[in-house]
Amino acid sequence: MAAVTTAERPTITAKDFQGPVDPDWCPGCGDFGVLNSLKKTLAELGKAPHEVITVSGIGCSSNLPGFIHTYGMHTLHGRSIPVATGLQLANHDLTVVVTGGDGDGYGIGVGHLIHAMRRNVNLLYIVMNNEIYGLTTGQTSPTSLIGMQTKSNPEGNLDMPLNPLAMAISGGATWVGRGFSGEPKQLGQLMKAGMEHNGFSLLDVFSPCVTYNKDQTYPFFKERVKKLEDNGHDPSDWRQALEKAFTWSDEEIPIGLFFENRDRPALHETEPVLRKGGPLALRPLGISPKQGQALVDKLM
Amino acid sequence: MSQFDLKIAIGGAAGQGIASVGNILAWIFARRGLHVLAYNAYQSIIRGGHTYLTIRTSDDPVTTHGDTVDILICLNQDTIDRHLVNLRAGSFVIFDEDKIKPGDVPDGVQVCGLPVKDLAKNPTNKRLSNTIATGAALYLAGFDIDPLVDSLEKQFSRKGPEVVAENLGSAQAGFDFAREHFSPLAGEIPDKRPGLPVISGNDALAMGGAAAGVKFYCAYPMSPATGVLHWMARNGPDLGIVVRQVEDEIGVITMAIGAAHAGVRAMCATSGGGFALMTEGIGFAAMTETPIVVINVQRAGPSTGVPTKTEQGDLWQMLGASQGDFPRIIVAPTDIADCFTTIPEIFNVADKLQCPAMVLTDLLISEGTGTVDPGVFKWDQKIDRGELITTSNGSNGDGPYLRYKITDNGISPRAIPGLDGYIHVAASDEQDENSILISDEFTNPLKRQAMVEKRGRKMASAKAMIPAPQLEGSPDAGLTLLGWGSTKGVLREARALLEADGVAANHLQIKWMVPLHDEEIMAILSKSKKVFIIENNYSGQFARYLRSETSFMADGHIRKYDGEPLQPHHVVDGVKELLKGESTLYVPTHEIMV
Ligand SMILES: Cc1ncc(C[n+]2csc(CCOP(=O)(O)OP(=O)(O)O)c2C)c(N)n1
Ligand code: SF4
Ligand SMILES: [Mg+2]
Repeated sequence: MAAVTTAERPTITAKDFQGPVDPDWCPGCGDFGVLNSLKKTLAELGKAPHEVITVSGIGCSSNLPGFIHTYGMHTLHGRSIPVATGLQLANHDLTVVVTGGDGDGYGIGVGHLIHAMRRNVNLLYIVMNNEIYGLTTGQTSPTSLIGMQTKSNPEGNLDMPLNPLAMAISGGATWVGRGFSGEPKQLGQLMKAGMEHNGFSLLDVFSPCVTYNKDQTYPFFKERVKKLEDNGHDPSDWRQALEKAFTWSDEEIPIGLFFENRDRPALHETEPVLRKGGPLALRPLGISPKQGQALVDKLM
Repeated sequence: MSQFDLKIAIGGAAGQGIASVGNILAWIFARRGLHVLAYNAYQSIIRGGHTYLTIRTSDDPVTTHGDTVDILICLNQDTIDRHLVNLRAGSFVIFDEDKIKPGDVPDGVQVCGLPVKDLAKNPTNKRLSNTIATGAALYLAGFDIDPLVDSLEKQFSRKGPEVVAENLGSAQAGFDFAREHFSPLAGEIPDKRPGLPVISGNDALAMGGAAAGVKFYCAYPMSPATGVLHWMARNGPDLGIVVRQVEDEIGVITMAIGAAHAGVRAMCATSGGGFALMTEGIGFAAMTETPIVVINVQRAGPSTGVPTKTEQGDLWQMLGASQGDFPRIIVAPTDIADCFTTIPEIFNVADKLQCPAMVLTDLLISEGTGTVDPGVFKWDQKIDRGELITTSNGSNGDGPYLRYKITDNGISPRAIPGLDGYIHVAASDEQDENSILISDEFTNPLKRQAMVEKRGRKMASAKAMIPAPQLEGSPDAGLTLLGWGSTKGVLREARALLEADGVAANHLQIKWMVPLHDEEIMAILSKSKKVFIIENNYSGQFARYLRSETSFMADGHIRKYDGEPLQPHHVVDGVKELLKGESTLYVPTHEIMV
């Protein structure tokens, strides 16, 4: 990978990230807003498409890597995070963006998520949270509210919704934010900050499913969301952040940057092999005969 | 057969120091240039229970822990109660006579009760009884004490001169006591030869990974595969191998696939239960055409099964791992040294074919420890990464880059992410040559068919990449002993014993399960009047697999599934029984209660 200096780079625009096929999402799906903001943010950060890899799981939202011109890996349902962790550790020069849905990340994949946060892997994880399983045509998700009627809970959901932000703040994530695809400007700012953050960034995004979720609609969020930055929130204070994470009412559902810890190094900076020597994937393979002989000597 | 062949067994409870007695003896033998093989029968507990370690040493390579015991060292009453009955005339039993009562002694067994209280040089050091017993055993085996002195000095020097002195004194006391009361076993100790390295199968797998250029290893602990993780964790940082413990085996395989996709050689190891969790990942590697090496060290299953016991019960799990129909590689190493050799071999195949590759081994050889020829450890391995693109001048040069380009051999050049000019998506969904999901357009049946065939075609070149199995013994023997994977050593010895008894047999051991050299195997088997398949499972997994690939039906089967490995006499007895023609199945009964 020849290093390209910023000076010789042609100016990059969102168009450079135009994917090979148009998204097959339902017209009006919140995920369009996420995709647009992502393309704009990457351009704003001056990333060249080949320096970025977009990794996803399975779901409507997880189809995103097919709709953007970057390297991509469209993985198994719920497994985007460990795949992305392996990718990031094997080549920490790549900009790793993980995209997916609430079912993918907070349901089947939640076990991996909590550990990736603990590890502070350097990546931005964007969860298009529509409080429903879209691709499988409308079942309850881990973030569906109590009482919500879905195809899998026609009598109404009984389970307490998972609180992804509170989980992330207490789980060790070093950057935790929430956006809304109906607020593209703030969403772009959050993506940019999350990508620039060195460590694990969780960006939960209200991304309405216009087809299957008749409760959490654009108007539902429009009426309730309040920007944290407008209310003097201090993201370095985890107590405040947790309090905001638990705030959910008809008057206020906070969006913005909840929590940030700039002091913790990312995993690839503490991992003994990766601390120096450049990306693993570009290093020569094998060990020297001298190293090998030393291993055999230990067996004698 | 070898001139010198000594078998020592040590039994006691977990935590009584059996391993250290075993290590000392193995080290003494290996340093003299004798071949050694140790097999430990134990349970999944940290303290207590019953542990029974067998060490066999010979001037010839040792391929199985064998049938008999010459010297039995009992560290507790339970051991003598269980194992004394199995001793033959002429053999020795050693124990602390202050604590252990032998009970009924079989005819001709020589009873070496040690007055430990009198012999121990420090009454408060409980472990000295082990040292005394080791000294006595060494005399009875016909060795002199010098190597034990060296070994104890090496082992205890860190604990200070007092501890060294009391161990040396106690070892000498045990040695002298045996000399005063017994004459050693007959059999001449071979001349000293250059020392040999001693290694476990798990360590050999890990070292093979290092030789193959593994740069990323991840795992979730699971017996009997954990040794690979421990070796990697100890040595990885010095060797430039990133080693990660992951939250579960689903995370393990997908993380390894992510690393492999980025361009490194990535490996992971587990046992059957962990492998079950990995299966969707195997299919993901197949679909994205990511080369990955996964090791399954079998324990006795199903479910959590018997964590510390061996079996060859996961063959069909490997054959059927993951939904869908796709090419895969499966190899079953045949001994400890082969654990090392196999890893660079299979990585080259996996890289060339861009598909999941699985190593199927078992507790018998992964936790078995023995000497190997130092020439096995080759560090200038040929690393063939196949059609991998790792540099870029800004474009593919040849029109748009097609990650899954349809080619005659099914192999498409694979670019690592980060290169200018090779942008693509690798997807779990079926995709076209240009990595666009087929279901994103309309599910074009012709495209789907073409992609299935492209992947499938890769197997056509696989057989030529690996050696066909070779027959041992005369092709005209008339009887073939057919085994796979870890049973090579026991079958080799069983064949020699059968020949000594006047039963002619040859032996074919299968290592590469997929692809299977069906034609070569059939050419060999068709020359035999009778073929007996011997395996460590209940339903004859290999026999069924061979039948499914070749329609071949064996004439007889020896199957063992009690958790303990086959011993040579189990095979010999089974062959003789099957030759009577009265039945087609022989199931040996394990005599040693461990
Ligand atoms: C192992 C496995 N189980 C189930 C599925 C089926 N499945 C596909 S997407 C999905 C849910 C997706 O929900 P979410 O992540 O919220 O994505 P959305 O479609 O809402 O964007 C499920 C259950 C699968 N692909 N794999
Ligand atoms: S089903 Fe819902 S989530 Fe899926 S594309 Fe349609 S609107 Fe979007
Ligand atoms: Mg959803």
